[in-house]
Amino acid sequence: MISYEVAVAAINGLRNEAVCVTTMTQTKYWYAVSERPDLDIGISNGMSKASSLALGIAIGAPDRPVIVLDGDGSLLMNLGSLVTIAGQQPANLYHFVFDNGIYAVTGGQPLPNPQVDYPAMAIASGYVQAHSFSDAGELQAKLPQIMQTPGPALIHVSVIGEPAEEGVDQTWESNAKMPAQMRALKRALE
Amino acid sequence: MITGILHPAKVVEQLVQQGVTHMVTLPDSETRHMYDRLTAEPSIHVIPVSREGEAIPIAAGLWAAGQRPVISIQNAGLFESGDALRGLAIGIDLPLVMFIGYRGYTRHGDTPDSAARFLEPFLHLWGVDYYTIEGDDDLDRVPLAFERAEKSSQPVGVLIGTEYAKE
Repeated sequence: MISYEVAVAAINGLRNEAVCVTTMTQTKYWYAVSERPDLDIGISNGMSKASSLALGIAIGAPDRPVIVLDGDGSLLMNLGSLVTIAGQQPANLYHFVFDNGIYAVTGGQPLPNPQVDYPAMAIASGYVQAHSFSDAGELQAKLPQIMQTPGPALIHVSVIGEPAEEGVDQTWESNAKMPAQMRALKRALE
Repeated sequence: MITGILHPAKVVEQLVQQGVTHMVTLPDSETRHMYDRLTAEPSIHVIPVSREGEAIPIAAGLWAAGQRPVISIQNAGLFESGDALRGLAIGIDLPLVMFIGYRGYTRHGDTPDSAARFLEPFLHLWGVDYYTIEGDDDLDRVPLAFERAEKSSQPVGVLIGTEYAKE
């Protein structure tokens, strides 16, 4: 198992000029390390749709790497997006799935089935590469090569589940931020 | 009840005039001939989705990347897309034109199809403006929809109240 802090630090270290779309628990940890808020979109108001939003950006800006920090529960709500993404074959899309086996933001209830082989699903859907990590050292060692290889790529990261305290993750403020974030990104990509 | 004839080529012509770059869509029975015409248009990239709820967030991403997308889904698919419409179109002030297949529509308003009966009340309740098209003669409403979306920074519907004609 890998901690959120170590995983997002490894990704951020390779980010360069990539756009990063995050959702749920991943957003909190990503904002703690990101130095490019103009290239960040944190979805708190459109559950499960991080992968779809990222696909749109990846198609629209094909020369720009696009990272999406998805969750296992979120992806389960939008599984068809794997097939939609594979159908478009965006070589610049790197789809991370943080797997904690629980609905962290609602208090840690288990997923319908916490034992799902997401990399196998991605490959079966048509992703060109898929990987799974549960060891921090292996993630840090292999991630640079993965992110230099064309996608679409699914990178499954087993993380330590951390049920959120009540009422701290979703706020009116975080929802209200998204229109401004979208416009900041639009300016940055012009 | 007779509605006009709606030719896909005329609609695509409007989309090209508006500078549309991408059509995010899940085909439905009313739009099958439109799909054939769209995929033949080189200036518009068609993005098929697995479920309608993906269409709005994909369009939002395209818009952020400087593109000019529209979506085309059926009314039943719009209901499936409710949370995306709320959070990722209305909620982010997205100027998006949504072509909605008006399954079950009759000009009399008397239809057993709840997908038709619920559509306009749904749009009114959510505060989404819309224009209805029943034939080629109504296509001057398409530029109005784009203008409305841009001015309001909100999604605007174009309801397709007839099957596209075969060409």
